[in-house]
Amino acid sequence: MHSAPRLAFRHIGKRFPGVRALDDVGFSVRAGSVHGLLGENGAGKSTMMKILGGEYVPDDGEVAIDGQAVAFRGAADAIAAGVAVIHQELQYVPELSVMENLLLGRLPTRLGLVDRRRALAFVRDRLDALGVDLDPRAKLKQLSIGQRQMVEIVKAILRDATILALDEPTSSLSHRETEVLFRLVRDLRAQGKAMIYISHRLDEIFALCDAATIFRDGRKVADFDTLQGVSRETLVQRMVGRDIGDIWGYRPREHGPVRLSVQGVTSRAVPLPASFQVRAGEIVGFFGLVGAGRSELMRAVYGADRRLSGEVSVDGKAVRPTHIRDAIRLGLVFCPEDRKEDGIIGVRSVSENINISARRNHLVAGLFVNDRVEARTADTYIERLRIRTPNRRQEIRLLSGGNQQKAVLSRWLAEKNLRVLIVDEPTRGIDVGAKNEIYAVLYELAARGVAVVMISSELPEVLGVSDRVIAMSRGRIVAQFARGEASEERVLAAALPEGAAPSARQVTP
Amino acid sequence: MTDTRATALGTTPDSPASRRRAMLWQMVDDYSLILIFVALFVVLSATVQYFFSWDNMAGLLLSVSQIGMVACTMMFCLASRDFDLSVGSTVAFAGVFCAIVANATGSVVVGVLAALVAGALVGLVNGAVIAKLRINALITTLATMEIVRGLAFISSHGQAVGVSNEAFFALGSASVAGLSVPVWITLGCFALFGVLLNKTIYGRNTLAIGGNPDAARLAGVAVDRVRIAIFLIQGLVAALAGVILASRMTSGQPNAGQGFELNVISACVLGGVSLMGGRATISGVIVGVLIMGTVQNAMSLMNIDAFYQYVVRGTILLIAVLVDQLKNRRQAR
Repeated sequence: MHSAPRLAFRHIGKRFPGVRALDDVGFSVRAGSVHGLLGENGAGKSTMMKILGGEYVPDDGEVAIDGQAVAFRGAADAIAAGVAVIHQELQYVPELSVMENLLLGRLPTRLGLVDRRRALAFVRDRLDALGVDLDPRAKLKQLSIGQRQMVEIVKAILRDATILALDEPTSSLSHRETEVLFRLVRDLRAQGKAMIYISHRLDEIFALCDAATIFRDGRKVADFDTLQGVSRETLVQRMVGRDIGDIWGYRPREHGPVRLSVQGVTSRAVPLPASFQVRAGEIVGFFGLVGAGRSELMRAVYGADRRLSGEVSVDGKAVRPTHIRDAIRLGLVFCPEDRKEDGIIGVRSVSENINISARRNHLVAGLFVNDRVEARTADTYIERLRIRTPNRRQEIRLLSGGNQQKAVLSRWLAEKNLRVLIVDEPTRGIDVGAKNEIYAVLYELAARGVAVVMISSELPEVLGVSDRVIAMSRGRIVAQFARGEASEERVLAAALPEGAAPSARQVTP
Repeated sequence: MTDTRATALGTTPDSPASRRRAMLWQMVDDYSLILIFVALFVVLSATVQYFFSWDNMAGLLLSVSQIGMVACTMMFCLASRDFDLSVGSTVAFAGVFCAIVANATGSVVVGVLAALVAGALVGLVNGAVIAKLRINALITTLATMEIVRGLAFISSHGQAVGVSNEAFFALGSASVAGLSVPVWITLGCFALFGVLLNKTIYGRNTLAIGGNPDAARLAGVAVDRVRIAIFLIQGLVAALAGVILASRMTSGQPNAGQGFELNVISACVLGGVSLMGGRATISGVIVGVLIMGTVQNAMSLMNIDAFYQYVVRGTILLIAVLVDQLKNRRQAR
């Protein structure tokens, strides 16, 4: 088939403050084909999909449909042009029925009232034609996630979409639901739709896709016109393959006795018991795909989520399961993943955000906040971590992400008794310069004997900074690697969920 | 907390002239409320007869003393991003309960203490339900507002409960150094809660919770405990206001304090306390209370019909919130 591509991205560039999300990226998708899009978290896939869906306007380059450049100024433009992007987070109204969700905004009416009978007949007809087994009267909240996904796809088809993009559609589907989805995708291909399919599961890519493009760090690193004869290893290598230069600034350290011991911890979000230990002076990186359960495990360790079973101890002293202040008193602290939601107190000053915890240690007469000491503490960390702020009284929400992160780190550095630091995605959305400064802080703490746990979805970062790497997949710890043994291929293979890579199958039977 | 906001936005050229201009705007921003109050006060003093006299000033302060003391605790409540509608009912119930207990025991002290304990209990229930059972503060305090008002009517059989003991009236009418006792108590509240807000972990944590409850919890703030304390103290102070009101009226009245909660919240909002939590100053609350009292006082002196006072009060509140919004929007850019 040598038709002109239905969809083409040409030299797309997109920048965000401090981050180059996409840099001169282009690829094209033929009508009647499924095009795989691969890459690590943060490689730029989702940004590309948001450009396709009209949510972002690219800084450079253009999107072309049937050879004609199009300029989407909003999601409505994309829909009108026959583009449907189905994101991981689905958009539906849970209280409304399948029929109403499908026809939302264009329900047929009679005498000003919704003509339910005609609408139901129409929807039933279309669902039958597509071979989708759904009750049009069922409310969306009664359906499984897979069925809701199906509704979303049918909605796109009813809008006469000719270009469909599916962003990790199977991440929460059962095996059977996945098969139904596959059949639907193949039917749509046969009808001549152009489709983009994003997945971490290489098996799915091989099973469904005719062609594939690999992104890394906002650039295109490989294009495959066909996946015939392409090996799994080739794809993995292209996804991660890159020299880790010395941008990490890692130097080996002596490790002391075990500081943090986690034994059989479970919580509502961590159903399977998890155990690990971290030594004084050691930096342990936790790698896994989004949803692997790393943050949930650490929240249970810290006491942010109620621990249902298991023991956590710091230097042999047990940490009580629901008392965050207990953990802090024993020197176990946690920098959460979502800075804005869980980390900073936006309308309060930089100084307040730094001093909120440690201030209890230097009260005047056991009662009054010591403004002088707090000012000195804030100024010290502003200077030491190079927090870019006009002064300590600035509201922290006005700072950039990297500087907010440094302030949250300072909050815990100010704890004299700091023994265990858990940081969750400490460099997400932060520019390279600030990243290096944050690594330097982690090294310095480790050199002082602090046990450091770093969660990160950036594999190079995990490998570059950690003394030891622990891989998690589907809520459990599946593998551990010493620094010398940890390669990108091995860690990624371990972290990919069941069915994605051959070696992963052994650990998750 | 927020000075240098204007100079801070990015790395705009730092010429001395622009910086001075920014500082000036900052001053106007920070002290706008006080400036408005001073202007209002001067204009009223010059134009309204009898306004600027010692007797009138003392009367003005007395008239806002109940609102003033409860505004202190309401400030904490709003600063932590919560809400309390039950204070008006607590005022009424505390007055009635104080009168009943004082009559029954013959002791004013026991009556007052019983009323304070009852008020604290109402606050404790509010706080525990909101913090532990995680029921929205608006709903919770709307419910306790009804319940406590009901208790006031039930315990008094719907009648005003007179107090026979003369000593009780001293609480509301005795004068010390030219100002009546309620005014002194209110001044004491301003000082106490000002220090609590700015100088103690309790106050700072209150603001942190209002700013971001999840982040505060993860930073080690005992969020539930602080929330309960805020409501408990609020109930206690509302009961104190109720006892003083009963003393001034020489009886506990079950229908006292209707709409009181809204006046208190208005005074706080007028004083720049953010309903979104995290922002509050005691100076703002004081000025808010004074503006409310001054406007009412001046309208009375000018013989403006009481019916119009509602309209004026509402209008002032609306304008104040609008000004606050505009200020925030300018910062957000």
